[in-house]
Amino acid sequence: MQEFFHSVTLDRDKCMGCINCIKRCPTEAIRVRNKKAYIIKERCIDCGECIRVCPHHAKRAIYDSLDVVNQFEYVIALPAPSFMAQFNNLEDVDIVLNALLDFGFHEVYEVAKAAEIVSAATRILMKEGNLPRPVISSACPAVTRLIRVRFPGLIDHILPLLAPVEVAARISKREAAKKTGLPPEKIGTVFISPCPAKVTATKMPLGTEKSAVDAVIAVSEIYPKLVSVMKDTAAHPMQPLTEAGKIGLSWGSSSGECSGILNDNYLAADGIENVIRVLEDLEDEKFRDVDFIELNACSGGCVGGVLNVENPYVAKTKLYRIRKHLPVSLNHIDAVSSEMMWDTPLEYVPVLKLDEDVWTAMEKMAKVDEICATLEGLDCGSCGAPSCRALAEDVVRGLASADDCIFRYKSNITHLLDDLHKLENYIPAPFRPETGEEEKKEE
Amino acid sequence: MNGLKWTYEVDGSDFTRAGEASSNVKKNLRKLGVSPEVIRKVSIALYEGEINMVIHANGGKIDVEMTPEKIDMVLADTGKGIPDIEQAMQEGWSTAPDEVRSLGFGAGMGLPNMKKYSDEMRIESTVGVGTTVYMTVYIK
Repeated sequence: MQEFFHSVTLDRDKCMGCINCIKRCPTEAIRVRNKKAYIIKERCIDCGECIRVCPHHAKRAIYDSLDVVNQFEYVIALPAPSFMAQFNNLEDVDIVLNALLDFGFHEVYEVAKAAEIVSAATRILMKEGNLPRPVISSACPAVTRLIRVRFPGLIDHILPLLAPVEVAARISKREAAKKTGLPPEKIGTVFISPCPAKVTATKMPLGTEKSAVDAVIAVSEIYPKLVSVMKDTAAHPMQPLTEAGKIGLSWGSSSGECSGILNDNYLAADGIENVIRVLEDLEDEKFRDVDFIELNACSGGCVGGVLNVENPYVAKTKLYRIRKHLPVSLNHIDAVSSEMMWDTPLEYVPVLKLDEDVWTAMEKMAKVDEICATLEGLDCGSCGAPSCRALAEDVVRGLASADDCIFRYKSNITHLLDDLHKLENYIPAPFRPETGEEEKKEE
Repeated sequence: MNGLKWTYEVDGSDFTRAGEASSNVKKNLRKLGVSPEVIRKVSIALYEGEINMVIHANGGKIDVEMTPEKIDMVLADTGKGIPDIEQAMQEGWSTAPDEVRSLGFGAGMGLPNMKKYSDEMRIESTVGVGTTVYMTVYIK
């Protein structure tokens, strides 16, 4: 049995047991039990939709505390491209990078820089032509996880390159070890993340055995602290630190990664429902002439991550403004090093399967159809499952009872009352008044 | 139990709904643990068939029957029929109207793709009466 770690978790005290999150989850991974939401771990892809939709803020992301900065001898900050879009009137990325040094990091390695390297590597791999077309981006961990559980036929299409943050962590750690002479375990790489899926991606990575990212902190947590540091940073002379161009920063919003392909035969979709629609169509080969597909689980791309502070659309505009005068790319490579490639193949995890044996699965599905036909079909969610069909499946899997349906429960009570009424009016023979029938029979 | 049966009515007037049957069958096959390759074959063949029914025959009816060995699909319509099946099977041959072509369909790959992705295919057609396409994909 595989162990599952998830960065999306529940604050039991805040959860009201309502149905907002169960209806929203793209993999039907949430049920309400004992008045609290419960996440089916095998199904969760850490997309963060439940965090976004919960009106009681009961869904939380787990991430590391800012104290991680003190837990290593040498600490490297890895700020996400979308992080630069969180600030007001920011004209120069260097202010943010210098402020991170003033905050306590020993070094900053922009994920945007690694993103440019990944873009260059993607161009090389696509030119070699061995990848099945269209190539699907592997950058959004929620999408990769979604494909793994729902779209097995598309696994071969996923770009076998590590995400920019992983590449950033590997390169920066290697270079820092050389520079400082410290052993790698004393060097900490800390990702400043817009999303919970990236937390899971470092604790339980796909495509590699172990992540080089040591800790993940939330943009929303470091942001207020950094803003106060920035005032002092702007007052003293700053080091020129940024090494990322237009392409690198563009990765922070939807279609940014595509722009790095330098080929306009691409498709970019964002928002989990749109992503699912594209993947469904792709599976049916509805479009065959696209070279590259970028998919982001969050609307707007990484700027839409639930750990960010700025409105995604405002952030996108800010990102355009900052990158406007930057050179196209500052990072070029001649060959793709193995350091950037997946070393573990992605495997299909059929979590939605009804049974190991096809014949038994078919019998179970017939049973699901049978139960479904007896339910109201309102998909009200009051039973704790997202739809009537999901309840019927839970019943067949042995996880629920059809009587959990409140309409069925009510009709059971009505039948019971009818029976009681009949019993109430029934007079047993010893008390039954004579009707005259008995005498007639005797005669 | 003999097998699972699914029936779909294909609405000939609504292009945006074409593909509902194939996507529903795909969802079921995934839950039944059918291999990705078989799912791919079935969903592509079925989708092409659905589109054909919408473009050429104003809709129709799809019956899918599954056993652990195979998946049988019967696509029946009461459209104008195919006068020359051999010609219709040729790649690139199309009688689709311009407004359908402008949507990106009508490339003359429908029937050839159905043949390519199914393990067995048979067409019965009578001009003026309708067309029935029988397709089978083997699971093992």
